[in-house]
Amino acid sequence: MTNGRLEVEEITVEIDGSKCTAPKGSTILDIAKANGVDIPTLCYDPRLSPYGACRLCLVEVEGARALLPACYAQADDGMVIRTTNEKLERIRKTLVELLMSDHPMECQGCSKSGRCELQKLAERYGITESESTSTFAGETHEYEMHRENPFVMRDYNKCIMCGRCIRICREVQGVGVYDFVNRGFKAIPGTPYDKPLQETPCEFCGQCISTCPTGAIKARPYEDTGRVAARDMLRNACAYFKMSEEDMMEALGLEGWVTRTTCAYCGCGCQLDIHVIDNKVVEITSPLMVGSGQGNLCVKGRFGYEFIGSDERLTKPLIRKDGVLVESTWEDALGLVAEKLGEAKKSSPDSVAVLSSARATNEDNYLIQKFARAVIGTNNVDHCARL
Amino acid sequence: MSGNGNGHKYKVVLGYGTCGIAAGATAVKDALEEAVEGGGYDVDLDIAGCMGLCFKEPVVEIFDREGGSVIYGDITAKKVPQLLDEHVGKGQVIEDWVVKRSEDPNACEGDFLENQLRVVLRNCGKINPESIDEYIGIGGYEGAKKALTSMTPEEVIDEVSASGIRGRGGAGFPTGTKWGFARKSPGDVKYLICNADEGDPGAFMDRSVLEGDPHSVMEGMILAGFAIGARHGLIYCRAEYPLALKRLDIAIEECHEKGFLGENIFGTDWSFDVKVKKGAGAFVCGEETAMMASIEGQRGMPRPRPPFPANSGLWGKPTNINNVETFAAIPWIIYEGGEKYAAIGTEKSKGTKVFCLAGKVRRTGLAEVPMGYTLRQVIFDVGGGIAGGKEFKAVQMGGPSGGCLPESKLDTQVDYDQITAAGAIIGSGGMIVADNRTCMVDLARYFLSFTQDESCGKCTPCRIGTKRMLEILERICEGKGEPEDIDKLQNLAADISAASLCALGGTAPNPVLTTLRYFKDEYEDHIFNHKCAAGSCPALITLRIDPETCTGCGACVKVCPTDAITGEKKEPHLIDSELCIRCKMCLSRCPSESIISE
Repeated sequence: MTNGRLEVEEITVEIDGSKCTAPKGSTILDIAKANGVDIPTLCYDPRLSPYGACRLCLVEVEGARALLPACYAQADDGMVIRTTNEKLERIRKTLVELLMSDHPMECQGCSKSGRCELQKLAERYGITESESTSTFAGETHEYEMHRENPFVMRDYNKCIMCGRCIRICREVQGVGVYDFVNRGFKAIPGTPYDKPLQETPCEFCGQCISTCPTGAIKARPYEDTGRVAARDMLRNACAYFKMSEEDMMEALGLEGWVTRTTCAYCGCGCQLDIHVIDNKVVEITSPLMVGSGQGNLCVKGRFGYEFIGSDERLTKPLIRKDGVLVESTWEDALGLVAEKLGEAKKSSPDSVAVLSSARATNEDNYLIQKFARAVIGTNNVDHCARL
Repeated sequence: MSGNGNGHKYKVVLGYGTCGIAAGATAVKDALEEAVEGGGYDVDLDIAGCMGLCFKEPVVEIFDREGGSVIYGDITAKKVPQLLDEHVGKGQVIEDWVVKRSEDPNACEGDFLENQLRVVLRNCGKINPESIDEYIGIGGYEGAKKALTSMTPEEVIDEVSASGIRGRGGAGFPTGTKWGFARKSPGDVKYLICNADEGDPGAFMDRSVLEGDPHSVMEGMILAGFAIGARHGLIYCRAEYPLALKRLDIAIEECHEKGFLGENIFGTDWSFDVKVKKGAGAFVCGEETAMMASIEGQRGMPRPRPPFPANSGLWGKPTNINNVETFAAIPWIIYEGGEKYAAIGTEKSKGTKVFCLAGKVRRTGLAEVPMGYTLRQVIFDVGGGIAGGKEFKAVQMGGPSGGCLPESKLDTQVDYDQITAAGAIIGSGGMIVADNRTCMVDLARYFLSFTQDESCGKCTPCRIGTKRMLEILERICEGKGEPEDIDKLQNLAADISAASLCALGGTAPNPVLTTLRYFKDEYEDHIFNHKCAAGSCPALITLRIDPETCTGCGACVKVCPTDAITGEKKEPHLIDSELCIRCKMCLSRCPSESIISE
């Protein structure tokens, strides 16, 4: 220990001819990422324990008996690693071809298009529809779509068995709704006895949606609406023209459609990306490894946004007159509140209690307690604690 | 027990393993008990595990007072009274039923056993597996007692290293080295696991050892636990082996009673206990990381290595895993000395190996031979050659992970390196013999369908790759193969071998690769000529009846599901190839072998 900090032992490895240093215990993939070396992955998610299943990140390590999965293998000091060569690229292409040979070729109609990790790899390895049907054509899965609840939709025809939904549910949420069922080609993630999610301990946090690399698990609130269709079209266009979403928006003369903000539901401070089309929220995601949430969200943060555009939302203050709530102006309403509070304070400050909200910011909550104590003169301050 | 020490004139021992029971040993046991109770014969009845004479089950061995014995085969309940009357009552040997007699051990089928060298199977079929006293009576637990009371753990490991024994589960890793890693791995809690999740098609030696001699496995585990510093032993045994599980439970209980398991075993300050974990029958759970996941209560799926179990295994603790056969050899090594074991075998493969002879070999069963025997010796001298006088075509070694070796490789020595160089593996020791009626494409297809069914589905190459290979093979067997299929198989096989997560996927293409290496002409025959020379693939054959030899018995007419066979009684019959679905039921029933498949 020096300066109160734990000293981390450093190791040096060689990746594709360049020397890289990293803290001991890093995986090969960690080091490659930190040094800008791109290794393709599908079953890797930085939020989850490594898994080594998709085999795309296999790399050659001098002296090792077999190829090693970069996501799983810890680097040793002095390791000489090759992340790409003819053999590795051939294997990667075969793997993507195999995955594509059992994947519905309907990217154009899939809302994951443009964000799909498999689609990106298929493009990278030049696998188009016709090729994959010719190389490894064979039996494909025809599973029924699971659309039994309002939040999570599962289409296992698009599943690539990366196990990320299973791991995120178990490791991050501590719930464990999913595990694999069946063996061989028929192996697939499933719920206990294939029950619908609402009959399992599922909390509908949608974490499985957030990690699914393909369109196998998607959020339902956003499907089948015109706006979603518009967004999907835009995304498809981005994928087709190989443009970033920002560039596409600029070219079309549209306002940016993603707003980054902090979730207002509780004090965790999770970062949200609010996707907006035509001034309506269509989806909420969380940026990976950013902020306190690291890309994880709960059911409220991910799905609790309907209120924003709700017709039932109050847009004007209401004053009860003769037992009926009547629309008013802020001036009248606040004047009435000030008058009533003034009267109450005169008779007894403790006849007033102030209740604030977890939805408000820290600053607002600070001000409200200050108002209660300094202006009204009471310590009757409370808070709804959570939503 | 060899010999008969209970004062009776004879001792009658019934082979009572699963194979014997399947062949009808329970009825024989009842008949023997009934006859002895009622008939006043001067005999002592006992059971033993499997002797390995699968081709002659149920088997009864009768010992006399002088230690001589006669082994009878194919015994049924009906034969019991005659057997007891003549052999026990009159002292007359029933020559027709004899498998082996100690007076002339090589006669009859005796050379099946005489050509073997039994170390692992030393007690199988000789002692009652449900009696610890019988095991102790032949020197059992002396090795463990010697090690725990007079040797250090390092000395035990040195002895095992000196023996040169390599892991008998399939990978052939030197056991002494493995124990050394586990010993040196830091940690207070270590685990020892016995892998009894035998799953290769055609392999049953682990079951036979557990059923026939569970105490030698137990003693091997006690020695290993002491050597590596593990106080907890687990036997992962598949639930499909109920008799093995029952005998293990009995063995563990008896060990507790004798103080060989539990606290302060053999009166020392060392404690060691063994528990049994039943596997639910997934082939992949024989893979050590999948097995540990299964023990931990998770789905049996492998994980990448490193970390190796010796550093981070069960529950993250240092763990040592050995196979049943390895553990069963350990007491012999400690008792007799590592050098004696190392004197058997070849330079790099020491000791003996148990093989399961199955398929078209005349004498199916367990064959334990010294390493260095040739395949020809095992299949012909021990196995008695090919059944039904047919020609040898290939031997599939090492189960679904192994390969098929042709006749030109019959003089290959049984040795890890030589078998691997030839294209197969010793693996767990399965030897499935194929004759000239076996289609090698179909054989490869069968093994690949097995691995595809048993793939855990975790990694892409094994889950989808083997499926695509299987589809190509199915296509070829149906006569729909395409010229580029052979290249496709070879390329896919190379990528699957290189990219799979565990050995199940990594070795799954082997049966295809070796059949392509040695029997490529058969693939080409299927693809280009739409012919299956072995007369096996239904889509590519026609069945006809040889009018010269057909006796017109009508046996074929009775079994034909589509009424495709017609003919007058005692006249040659005819098959209507339009109606025939080529199920080959007729072929299996024809007493005169007149049905020709081509």
